[in-house]
Amino acid sequence: MKGIITVVGKDQVGIIAKVCTLLSDANVNILDISQTILQGYFNMMMIVNLEANTMSFDELVDSLNELGKALEVDIRLQHEQIFDSMHRI
Amino acid sequence: MISRFEVQETNKMIQEANLDIRTITMGISLLDCISGDMDKLCENIYNKITTCAKDLVSVGEQISKKYGIPIVNKRISVTPIALVAGATKATSYVPIAKTLDRAAEAAGVNFIGGFSALVQKGMSPADRVLIESIPEALSVTERVCSSINVGCTKSGINMDAVKLIGEVIKQTAEYTADRESIGCAKFVVFCNAPDDNPFMAGAFHGVGEHDTVINVGVSGPGVVKKALEQVREADFETLCETVKRTAFKITRAGQMVAEEASKMLDVPFGIIDLSLAPTPAIGDSIAEIFEEMGLEMAGAPGTTAALAILNDSVKKGGVMASSYVGGLSGAFIPVSEDHAMIKAAEAGALTLEKLEAMTCVCSVGLDMVAIPGDTSAKTISGIIADEMAIGMINAKTTAVRIIPVQGKGVGECVEFGGLLGRAPIMPINSYNCDRFIDRGGRIPAPIHSFKN
Repeated sequence: MKGIITVVGKDQVGIIAKVCTLLSDANVNILDISQTILQGYFNMMMIVNLEANTMSFDELVDSLNELGKALEVDIRLQHEQIFDSMHRI
Repeated sequence: MISRFEVQETNKMIQEANLDIRTITMGISLLDCISGDMDKLCENIYNKITTCAKDLVSVGEQISKKYGIPIVNKRISVTPIALVAGATKATSYVPIAKTLDRAAEAAGVNFIGGFSALVQKGMSPADRVLIESIPEALSVTERVCSSINVGCTKSGINMDAVKLIGEVIKQTAEYTADRESIGCAKFVVFCNAPDDNPFMAGAFHGVGEHDTVINVGVSGPGVVKKALEQVREADFETLCETVKRTAFKITRAGQMVAEEASKMLDVPFGIIDLSLAPTPAIGDSIAEIFEEMGLEMAGAPGTTAALAILNDSVKKGGVMASSYVGGLSGAFIPVSEDHAMIKAAEAGALTLEKLEAMTCVCSVGLDMVAIPGDTSAKTISGIIADEMAIGMINAKTTAVRIIPVQGKGVGECVEFGGLLGRAPIMPINSYNCDRFIDRGGRIPAPIHSFKN
């Protein structure tokens, strides 16, 4: 099962580091990262493998949300199927 | 591999354009609850609903979290109560309405539909008891929704029922006069009512359905509007293509949620209802789409054409995105639940007659329309008869959900609150139709219903 993590917000030092630390602690493997800064706004998408994670999906969503609040950015984790469904026939 | 652009597009639809799954509705058959004893019947109904739907709300919330898409409502529809209650020989079905209300509360859903009767050709004693119980039932319950099917293309229109329902609507308004006649907001009268509609207030679980079933209503007028902002000067081909593409994506999200819910609840998947349903929120409006298409306001000349394009394109896009489409599947135009419709009605751009014309090309009818409290029962029956005739002749669903707000007149406004919104009292044609309604009997089925 793959998940998509998106991070959007004002750029600052350490966003990727903190997200990756959280994922590493939960034993979530990162498959792909793309990131850009648009008009000062940090914009990142990660594809992660959730097959060996030690936290439940719900807990992971909650801890990423909390981290987002602390960093004042929007962090979301969604099951990849919603994007597959909407954009692939 | 999913691209960042696609992920952003989906998340923008959810965050900025109010894309959501409007409702997951569990249909539950109550046919196996039938008993000659009212108390036993109520006990059976309560037990069946609370057993079948015990996980409905939590499953909805889990799915919402997994995919990051809001699922606004979790609801229940049941077998039309008139079919279930006849054996009791009771003279009022209010105790059943109260049972449904308690069961809905226990299941955690905000509405339960099915306090209904199907009387398109004639009324059984049970149908009559149910209809006569509606005013009290809707005033003593919060979550119960009621609907009556009074006509269909195959059978014609039961004008005795139409006449009776004019009186029932007046009584319902009076019973809930202290709450802006809100009882009427939970009551719909139909022609060609679908058996698998997930949307309230008209949802009920048809007799040809599974024991339990999951039906899903998608929405997203805001998403369609945002998409049309990108093609503001384009021709109709581009306009329609844009709506189709958007509807496809919205419906795919609905299909995915429906499949997941069906699997998690171990209940068969019924249908996706392709309706665009507005809410009072800014950016979640059908009338805003008309404005984006180039009309100054809903109700301006061109509105019926705009709605026809919208409705047809949504279906063309949506049908391919789902394995089973059903329910109402068309744009909803409830006046009180759409801020730009309210604005148009207040400005006088949108009249009852224009709304009636619009219902020829969309799924529902006169929906959440507030009219003066002193409107006569027969005038209300006349308005219903007109809508039912449109449905019968055009072989489509039409409905009337009209609220004669007690103590209020044209120029005043009524606040229902929440998803039901607010509505200006709309003027109605003052000429009378009493003698026409008093004829009684049944309007025969139209010639084109004889297809065999």
